[in-house]
Amino acid sequence: MLKLGGGGGGGGGGQDWACSVAGTGLGGEEAAFEVARLGDPGKAGCRGPGRGCAGIPDSAPGVGMLQAGAGGPARGGQGVEEVGAPAAGGEERPARHPSAPALRLLNRKPQGGSGEIKTPENDLQRGRLSRAPRAAPPAPGMGDHGGQPERSASHAPGTPAGAAAVNGVLHNGFHPPPIQPPRLCSRSLPGGGDAAPPRLPLQPELQPQPPPPQHDSPAKKCRLRRRMDSGRKNRPPFPWFGMDIGGTLVKLVYFEPKDITAEEEQEEVENLKSIRKYLTSNTAYGKTGIRDVHLELKNLTMCGRKGNLHFIRFPSCAMHRFIQMGSEKNFSSLHTTLCATGGGAFKFEEDFRTIADLQLHKLDELDCLIQGLLYVDSVGFNGKPECYYFENPTNPELCQKRPYCLDNPYPMLLVNMGSGVSILAVYSKDNYKRVTGTSLGGGTFLGLCCLLTGCETFEEALEMAAKGDSTNVDKLVKDIYGGDYERFGLQGSAVASSFGNMMSKEKRDSISKEDLARATLVTITNNIGSIARMCALNENIDRVVFVGNFLRINMVSMKLLAYAMDFWSKGQLKALFLEHEGYFGAVGALLELFKMTDDQ
Amino acid sequence: MAECGGSGSGSSGDSLDKSITLPPDEIFRNLENAKRFAIDIGGSLTKLAYYSTVQHKVARVRSFDHSDKFPFRPSPGKSTPASRLLVPPPRVSHLRRHQDSHGLQGRQKSSALLRVPRGCVSASSPPRGSAHTRVPHPHPQDTEQDHEPPYEISVQEEVTARLHFVKFENTYIEACLDFIKDHLVNTETKVIQATGGGAYKFKDLIEEKLQLKVDKEDVMTCLIKGCNFVLKNIPHEAFVYQKGSNPEFRFQTNHPSVFPYLLVSIGSGVSIVKVETEDRFEWIGGSSIGGGTFWGLGALLTKTKKFDELLHLASRGQHTNVDMLVQDIYGGAHQTLGLSGNLIASSFGKSATADTEFSKEDMAKSLLHMISNDIGQLACLYARLHCLDRVYFGGFFIRGHPVTMRTITYSINFFSKGEVQALFLRHEGYLGAIGAFLKGAEQDNPNQYSWEENYAGSSGLMSSSPELCPTQRPRSGTFDLLEMDRLERPLVNLPLLLDPSSYVPDTVDLTDDALARKYWLTCFEEALDGVVKRAVASQPGSVDAAERAEKFRQKYWNKLQTLRHQPFAYGTLTVRSLLDTREHCLNEFNFPDPYSKVKQKDNGVALKCFQRVIHSLDALGWEERQLALVKGLLAGNVFDWGAKAVSDVLESDPQFGFEEAKRKLQERPWLVDSYSKWLQRLKGPPHKCALIFADNSGVDVILGVFPFVRELLSRGTEVILACNSGPALNDVTYSESLIVAERIAAMDPVIRSALREGRLLLMQTGSSSPCLDLSRLDKGLAVLVRERGADLVVIEGMGRAVHTNYHAALRCESLKLAVIKNSWLAERLGGRLFSVIFKYEVPAE
Repeated sequence: MLKLGGGGGGGGGGQDWACSVAGTGLGGEEAAFEVARLGDPGKAGCRGPGRGCAGIPDSAPGVGMLQAGAGGPARGGQGVEEVGAPAAGGEERPARHPSAPALRLLNRKPQGGSGEIKTPENDLQRGRLSRAPRAAPPAPGMGDHGGQPERSASHAPGTPAGAAAVNGVLHNGFHPPPIQPPRLCSRSLPGGGDAAPPRLPLQPELQPQPPPPQHDSPAKKCRLRRRMDSGRKNRPPFPWFGMDIGGTLVKLVYFEPKDITAEEEQEEVENLKSIRKYLTSNTAYGKTGIRDVHLELKNLTMCGRKGNLHFIRFPSCAMHRFIQMGSEKNFSSLHTTLCATGGGAFKFEEDFRTIADLQLHKLDELDCLIQGLLYVDSVGFNGKPECYYFENPTNPELCQKRPYCLDNPYPMLLVNMGSGVSILAVYSKDNYKRVTGTSLGGGTFLGLCCLLTGCETFEEALEMAAKGDSTNVDKLVKDIYGGDYERFGLQGSAVASSFGNMMSKEKRDSISKEDLARATLVTITNNIGSIARMCALNENIDRVVFVGNFLRINMVSMKLLAYAMDFWSKGQLKALFLEHEGYFGAVGALLELFKMTDDQ
Repeated sequence: MAECGGSGSGSSGDSLDKSITLPPDEIFRNLENAKRFAIDIGGSLTKLAYYSTVQHKVARVRSFDHSDKFPFRPSPGKSTPASRLLVPPPRVSHLRRHQDSHGLQGRQKSSALLRVPRGCVSASSPPRGSAHTRVPHPHPQDTEQDHEPPYEISVQEEVTARLHFVKFENTYIEACLDFIKDHLVNTETKVIQATGGGAYKFKDLIEEKLQLKVDKEDVMTCLIKGCNFVLKNIPHEAFVYQKGSNPEFRFQTNHPSVFPYLLVSIGSGVSIVKVETEDRFEWIGGSSIGGGTFWGLGALLTKTKKFDELLHLASRGQHTNVDMLVQDIYGGAHQTLGLSGNLIASSFGKSATADTEFSKEDMAKSLLHMISNDIGQLACLYARLHCLDRVYFGGFFIRGHPVTMRTITYSINFFSKGEVQALFLRHEGYLGAIGAFLKGAEQDNPNQYSWEENYAGSSGLMSSSPELCPTQRPRSGTFDLLEMDRLERPLVNLPLLLDPSSYVPDTVDLTDDALARKYWLTCFEEALDGVVKRAVASQPGSVDAAERAEKFRQKYWNKLQTLRHQPFAYGTLTVRSLLDTREHCLNEFNFPDPYSKVKQKDNGVALKCFQRVIHSLDALGWEERQLALVKGLLAGNVFDWGAKAVSDVLESDPQFGFEEAKRKLQERPWLVDSYSKWLQRLKGPPHKCALIFADNSGVDVILGVFPFVRELLSRGTEVILACNSGPALNDVTYSESLIVAERIAAMDPVIRSALREGRLLLMQTGSSSPCLDLSRLDKGLAVLVRERGADLVVIEGMGRAVHTNYHAALRCESLKLAVIKNSWLAERLGGRLFSVIFKYEVPAE
């Protein structure tokens, strides 16, 4: 491993990449992943993960713990509480802390040493979020849970509401159960796992190069070599990417092999190496690219190789710059095909080919979504469950995030909330149907919020929503009937008309942008919940799994959905959520890469 | 015109916007007798309902022989509503039976009694030509009293029950309440039923102004009650909206069973209600994304305050500038999922990423699509869950706005893949008021009656689509009216209909057939002068007849103009609806029966010829006689004042007679000619019971129908002769038929014994239309038809057998015969003027 040693010298990684970029004559500035302000102290995060991996077996708990620890401070510090404010208001605070933004922010940077993550201020996205108060330093003690086992965090929840209580919640929003039951889902098997025995990525017998056919082009030579790079003939060559190009966001998963032998390291072409380093040593790429460090799956065996799976996203509008960069970095010299799903796989196929000389392997997005979801759930989230639900969803006081074992997931209704929403009924691994969809999705929330409040990002919109009160904007049943509408058993507090109060000019003049953002969020979320619930009834399915990036850092919506499923079905329906919300399509695409190679 | 601008024709309405100096007789009519008020106050519109009685002049016929001991009772069957002779057959129900209490004297006082001295047979004009069968025809200008009238006619006041519904903007509510207070005399009403979101807000105002106690009624209950009511009582109430077709409204024939259905009410929010029976309904779901969301969010996004303006903006916008489409994500269609590239993947998705400014129009359009699609999707999901395929949409979001009907329809089609139809209601805006009224009137059992939309007093469905009616001002500021007349008895399907759910009375849909529409509208316009003249002439003693006739002309003319622009205003436009509208308008101005005297004379003259005709028929051999009988039926049918070609002949040649009529007939083979088949049938066993729908008075019924009836009776077939309950043109009415039958019975033993023995039964149809809707027939008739096991239906005349029922499929044998007395129609059918339709049909085994 090349540079992994330099624990503290994190910044170097970024620099190196930048250098290498420069070296290959590629304009880093223009790239989608423009390396912005590399000198930032925040970037100094080192390749902790790499090292962590080296540490292997224990790393998972360690990571989890560290995330747990890290979760607290960020939340406390950032006043993120509001983000998660559930429908019912303030009482729910403790539970809602798990709000993802906090996590993400915290986790953004690996800290030195154990691979613990710290929260660098300079994070680009964070900068954009520009949460004003960006308050106090992390709650004392939170940051240094370092080596403690994950469950140590469980002591916190008892604390009263407020920051402390907040911090009591594990990073992923769980109140840790008294005794964390051993995860049932095996985290070893799936996909590539069985392709090779986990033990030895680098067995000698794998080394022999295939008889080199006519290598007329350097690219081909390169390809041949890369075959070896991934350690085995029937493995695809590195780098391993899976890509999901959606309407708003591009989701990219990158498998970083951590079992690279010295030999391999030497063989690794410069391009490949620099990509690896660039991706793993940064958490932000260019102005808009973000690596969701907190989601990283560590010490994963895929296709016989051990490594970490990284989760990266950037806006779809940066797609062209991304392709441009691919071209400039001569990406095509590494890879013949890039597995991509989502609409953009079709939309940008031509551009990939003509601009970057990259042949996209287009994949069905729903296939990918399901395969990716099943895979991630099966490997678990670094030793913790991927799937969770909310206990007592109708009682704000008692509503708590709880792990859910999705070992036996069928049938399930899968609600994928991206820019728009697709609803699938999944009966088995490869038996599913798209039931319906709605155009009122994350894109609608953000689009309306932008128009109504002038905000520019999802984070900003959510932050506003967290502070707002939708009941100023919406017309409630009691606004019309003076109380409950008993004839139909409707509670007075139910929303009768979303934005209904905005019919009146006086009311329009009296509401805040935050109220509007909140109303938009609640409207869109409840509507999705309503459609999902009807689909579940029509399909006779009682498990409803909500995924998609609309739920990212969006505790309000999750709790609303959990509430709506439970309340309107009188407890018959269960809303389930997954930690890797929006990345399953990309993971599914990556899995296809392995399958492809198998097929060959 | 009552529409007051709503139709674009009423100049009187122009002043209404600013103040309520409204023509009281046109907006809040018949307030003097009003009782049982109900009010539905919505977000912007108020709907007021009241029950009132209307005094009408009605022409009554009465035999000179007052002995009242007509011996011929109809069937002894227990449930048979006997055709009680000489009891004035009420056309519409009597709230108070005025004439009964007044007695003859009072009647004579209050009426223009047209008593003509009894003459003798010889007094009739001398027949010319072949004396035996020649029947002279009376002519209208004939003022000589040389014909013996067979009965007397009196014009009486009849009281009928009517429901009035008035819709106006909330801004006028105070002025309207004041107006009502000022005009509301002698009412014993103490309570007003109120519903709608605004009922609470205006409660005090109403109580103070009207001195009535406000009784709040549940909104949804009222809505459902109203919906059930209109679905049951108004044909063509429901329609589908078809973008791009002309016109865009496609009316549905009423399904015999109204239930179950789904009602999606899109007010500020959305309520989805499953209605299972008259009284059972269930709120099965809803959505907070509704009209209020469109309005509220739209106001925020576009700074446009009014709902209508928002819709207007939306109708001009391009949603693709704001929405993220499938093609924006995929670069084209989504092949594997079969999603077209034009589908919206994410509403407002582009506004999340693009930095551009979006136009108000585009945002409004996108919002409209978003909300309509969402509602449509939910409605489909609920419909599927509850296995319902009829989904009615209502609420202010819909309320006749083509834009929203279009988007909702699109959405329903898309999400249900065509399995569910989005249906809209013509009187959707009135449902709450109707329901509230019905709740308050429960003790009157309004549901046991049938009701009929009064075309004269109702505004009709207005399109707010500017391209459809360019002259029309925006909807706001107009008063919209609905009036419904109560009918004496419930109307039901003819039990002999093959499939009541698919039965369509009308042959030509003029909403659909633009060419035919143009022709008939012009035809009715051209005939208007004659109708006006006839109306005036029918009331020689009346001082204001000319004035009223002129008002009638204006009203009907305006209706015709409205229908030119908006043929869908009263449901499917048909010749029948044009005729019915004319009858309603005539009634409105107290011309209840302009043809009463004509009919009286015609009947008198024809009666005199009856025996001669019978003799000559009896002289014929069996086979010859059958043809002569059929020709007689057809020739009689030529005497039709409803047909312009004929009325011209009759006006210009008063001597035009039965024989001339026969000569006018097309020679066999007729245009449609299944006579041979009929003859063959007649050689077989007799029918058990024949149901005959008679057409015109005079020659037609007396010399055409009765001889035919006589033959059937002789064969051993029982006969039910069904005539209109109320007058229409020169059609024979039930009460006239009773007198005619009485006279004939006096002359003819066959008829006499048949009447006496209940083998010939005279019944009323429940209708006052020159046409015939077999799905709305008097219940007594339907019961009798079932009891007697009728196995032959004879429908006679252009109005009943050609304009309507030409394609009607029955479960028994049927005979449809008519003479085409309209050259345009004849040409359309491939024939000429006076072509003959003789359609004998036997249902497939």
